[in-house]
Amino acid sequence: MSAFRLTGLCSCRGVSLKVIESSCNLSRNRRGCLQRPLLNGTRLFSSHSLNSKVNLNIIPADLVDKLERLALVDFRTKEGLACLEKAIRFADQLHLVDTSGVEPMDSVLEDRALYLRNDTETEGDSAEELLKLAKNTVEEYFVAPPGNIPLPKREERTAMLKHSEF
Amino acid sequence: APVSSEKLVGVVGLEIHAQISSNSKLFSGSPVCFSAPPNSQVSFFDASLPGTLPVLNRRCVEAAVMTGLALNCTINKKSLFDRKHYFYADLPAGYQITQQRRPVAVDGVLTYSFLGGKKRSQVVRKHVQIKQIQLEQDSGKSLHDDVHSQTLIDLNRAGVGLMELVMEPDMSCGEEAAAAVRELQLILQALGTCQGNMSEGQLRVDANVSVHRPGEPLGVRTEVKNINSIRYLARAIDYEIQRQIGVMQRGGTVHNETRAYDSKSGETIPMRDKEGLQDYRFMPEPNLPPLIVFEDNATLPPGVDSSQVVVVQKIKEGLPELPSVKREHLVQAYGILPEHSFTLVNEEGLMEYFEEVMKATRKEPRKVIGWVMNELLGQLKQQDMSVSQSPISPAALAELLELQETGRVSSSGAKQVFQVMWGSSGKTAEQVIQEQDLGLVSDATQLHNICQKVVDSHPTEVRFEITSKRRILFEALTDIQSCNNLLIDAFSPISCGTIRCLSRSLKVHKCI
Repeated sequence: MSAFRLTGLCSCRGVSLKVIESSCNLSRNRRGCLQRPLLNGTRLFSSHSLNSKVNLNIIPADLVDKLERLALVDFRTKEGLACLEKAIRFADQLHLVDTSGVEPMDSVLEDRALYLRNDTETEGDSAEELLKLAKNTVEEYFVAPPGNIPLPKREERTAMLKHSEF
Repeated sequence: APVSSEKLVGVVGLEIHAQISSNSKLFSGSPVCFSAPPNSQVSFFDASLPGTLPVLNRRCVEAAVMTGLALNCTINKKSLFDRKHYFYADLPAGYQITQQRRPVAVDGVLTYSFLGGKKRSQVVRKHVQIKQIQLEQDSGKSLHDDVHSQTLIDLNRAGVGLMELVMEPDMSCGEEAAAAVRELQLILQALGTCQGNMSEGQLRVDANVSVHRPGEPLGVRTEVKNINSIRYLARAIDYEIQRQIGVMQRGGTVHNETRAYDSKSGETIPMRDKEGLQDYRFMPEPNLPPLIVFEDNATLPPGVDSSQVVVVQKIKEGLPELPSVKREHLVQAYGILPEHSFTLVNEEGLMEYFEEVMKATRKEPRKVIGWVMNELLGQLKQQDMSVSQSPISPAALAELLELQETGRVSSSGAKQVFQVMWGSSGKTAEQVIQEQDLGLVSDATQLHNICQKVVDSHPTEVRFEITSKRRILFEALTDIQSCNNLLIDAFSPISCGTIRCLSRSLKVHKCI
C-alpha cells in the first residue's frame, strides 16, 4: 500500500519548496493537508546564505532518508531523486533577483488586517458527523495505533513496495 | 575520572503552557470546557477537515497582551503565526499553529519570592527573565489503551488557545522553580487569563535541567515532563539535579533526552525515545496575515471597528491588582510583616479569611496574624486541608479572639478552646468555654480574696525569692488553682493583676 503524502519539503537550510507535479513521477495522492492544487513556487524562508546549496548534484543519502521520514515522501527511484535535484535547481533561479533592502513577504495578503473573532461559542457540536468519518471508533473516541509507527528502513521499504504499481 | 560534586550546581529553565481562559477556542468557535463528553466540542476545523480555515479569537490576543504586560514584556505590535510540523494522532492537521518567529510578547521578567533563611521566615526575592510569550494551539488528548494496543483520541482540547511562556535558565533548584510557578499562577489567576489549575492541565510545566560548575559553560540538559503539581515540580527538579550530579561524579555523561517524572517513586525515567532529534520544519502560516496590536487610540487607523482591534493602552489601564501589589497593601493597611503578607497571598483563601476576621474583632492585626499563621494554618497544614475546608469560620475565630481580648479567657485557654472548636464543628467559642470551664476569673475583688485566702492559709509556704517572682507566683497559683478549681493564667495580662495582688498581700505579711 502506498504511503505517499505530499507536503512541503524543507532542506536543512530552510528553503521551502513545493514539488512540481507535472515533471515528476510521484504519487498524486491528495489526502494530505494541502487544499490547493500544487503550484510551482518557492520562497526564501530565511536570509541564510544558500551558496552551499548551489552545487546540488549529489544530495547525501542521509539527508534524503531524513526528509523521507519527516515528510513521509518516498523518493523511491533514481528518477525521483533527480526530480528533487531539478526542483532545487529551478528554485535557485531566485538568487538572480536582487532583493537587497526588500523585506521578505510571507504571503501577498500581508497588508490585509487579520480578522478578529468575538469569543462566543458558534460551533463544535459535530461529534456524530465526525465520528462517522473514522473507520474505527470506540465509545465516541477515535482509535489510533499505540504510537507513531516508525517508517521501515530503506531496505525494508524497497522490499515491501517491490510489487507496487509505482 | 570521577569528579567531585562540590561545586556542581543545577541550572533550571521552565517552559510553561498556560491554557487561556476563554469561551471558545483559539482559531474556531468550539466551546472550551473541562470534562465534556469525548469529541463533543470539536468543529470541522479542529478535526482538520479539508477546506477549513483558522479565524483568530480576539479574547486570546487580549489575554496574551495582558499577561505580557503583567510580566513587564515588550509587546510586539506585529507578530506572526507559523506552522510547526510533527506527526501524532492527537494533532489532526499534522502541524500546530504557533508563533515561532515573532511572538506577541518578549523580554519580560517575573519577580518571585519564597520564605528562606534559617527559620524560613525571611522573604527572599528573585527574578527570572521571560524570553517570550507566544500564542499557540493545544493538541487533543491521547488515552493509551495498552490492553488493546491502541490509543483513544479525544479532540475536545485540540485547538484550545495556549500561551507558551519560555523562561531563561535563571533558576538553580526545585524550590526556586516552584516559587516562580506559584507566583505565575497567582498572577494569571488575578488577571483571569488562565485558571492555573495544574492538576486539570490548565497550567503545564516542563523543566529543562542541567548541571555545571559556576562560570563554566552550561551542561547537557534534559527535559522533564509529566509534572502535575507544584510540589512534584520541586521534587522532580531536585531529583534530576542530583541524578545528573551523580552521573558526572561517576565519570559518565548526561544524555540530552526527555524524561518523565514518576510521582510514586519520586524519580525521573527516560521517556520512549523520540526517534532522534525532531525537525519541525517551521513555515509561515499562509492562512493568517500578521497580527497587529495598537499602542493607543491615537495610532488606530481611521474608521476601524473597535471589535477588530486590540489596544495595548486600554488593556494596561484595565490590569487588576497583581499579587505583589496586594502584598504591599496588606503590609501597609495592617502593619504586618512582609513574610506574613507573603503567606497570606500565597495560601489560597487565607488573605480573605484574615480580612474577614479583622472586620469582626478589635484585636491587633499582628496578634490576629499569629493566630491565623500558627493555630489556623498549622492545623490546616497538618491535616492537609485548604482554608476553605477549615471547620472554624472567620466569624467563629473572631468571636474567640474577642473573648480573649475582653479577658473572658486567657491566651493559653483560648488555644485550648480553639482545638476543641476544631474538632467539634459548629460550636461557638463561648459554648466551649462554658462546657470546658475555661473562663478566667477577672474580677479584681474576687482575685484579691483568693490571694488573701492562700496567703492566710500558707503564710510560711510562700517563699520569697529575688530572682523569681514568677516562682512564688507559680506555687501560689497552683494552690489557688487546686483549691478553687479555677484557671489563672500565669502569663496573661490578668496575671499581672494577680502578681500585684499577691505581692501586695505578701508585703502586708512582711514576707518580702
